[in-house]
Amino acid sequence: MAERTTIIVHSGDMDKLYSALIVANGSLAMGMEASLFFTFWGLQRLTKKGLEKGPLSKMHLLGLGKWMVKRRMAKARVVDLERLLSDFHDLGGKIIACEMTMEIMGIKREDLREDLIDEWGAVGTYIQDARDSAVTLFI
Amino acid sequence: MTDIQVTTRIDVRGETCPVPLVEVRKAARKASPGDIIEVVGTHPASRKEIPMALEALGLELVSNEGVDTDWTIQFRV
Repeated sequence: MAERTTIIVHSGDMDKLYSALIVANGSLAMGMEASLFFTFWGLQRLTKKGLEKGPLSKMHLLGLGKWMVKRRMAKARVVDLERLLSDFHDLGGKIIACEMTMEIMGIKREDLREDLIDEWGAVGTYIQDARDSAVTLFI
Repeated sequence: MTDIQVTTRIDVRGETCPVPLVEVRKAARKASPGDIIEVVGTHPASRKEIPMALEALGLELVSNEGVDTDWTIQFRV
């Protein structure tokens, strides 16, 4: 069995989502398996049209900071979150949606991008992947 | 490099982390055993990281030429 990276995506901040997806895609590219467990603010990014809506974790400045960072990222030719997510999916990464978060936040399955979600679960589903993972992160 | 038959070429010039690595992995997944894939890129870190990924994937690095900001890597699937 290949080594695995398992990441809890708790934050919905744009920059932190970048970190999670870049680490996950790097893992897949280097021959590992990868699981992303989306919970709390992270899960909101998987709602329809929610992916790019996250604020910057620091210096968001009512959107001005995010706009500036996005502009610099585009200049450096950093790909968008949509592309990172589709690469993650194409390379066989697994996405788990936290059902407790859905209940707390009143998110229904049809509010989420169901085509991207491989499993619906709780902490046990995360632990099942995390217990054998070489890399585990909470972002 | 005279008698190497390249099966697939990937152009990741101008692309940055993690795209070159990801594109290498995508191409390797699609290829058949024995295929030679050539990657051209300009991202310095990827020039060292692609060989690391190839090693982890058990694929053979055929060549790594050029400079850090303009390189060509060939590998066999």
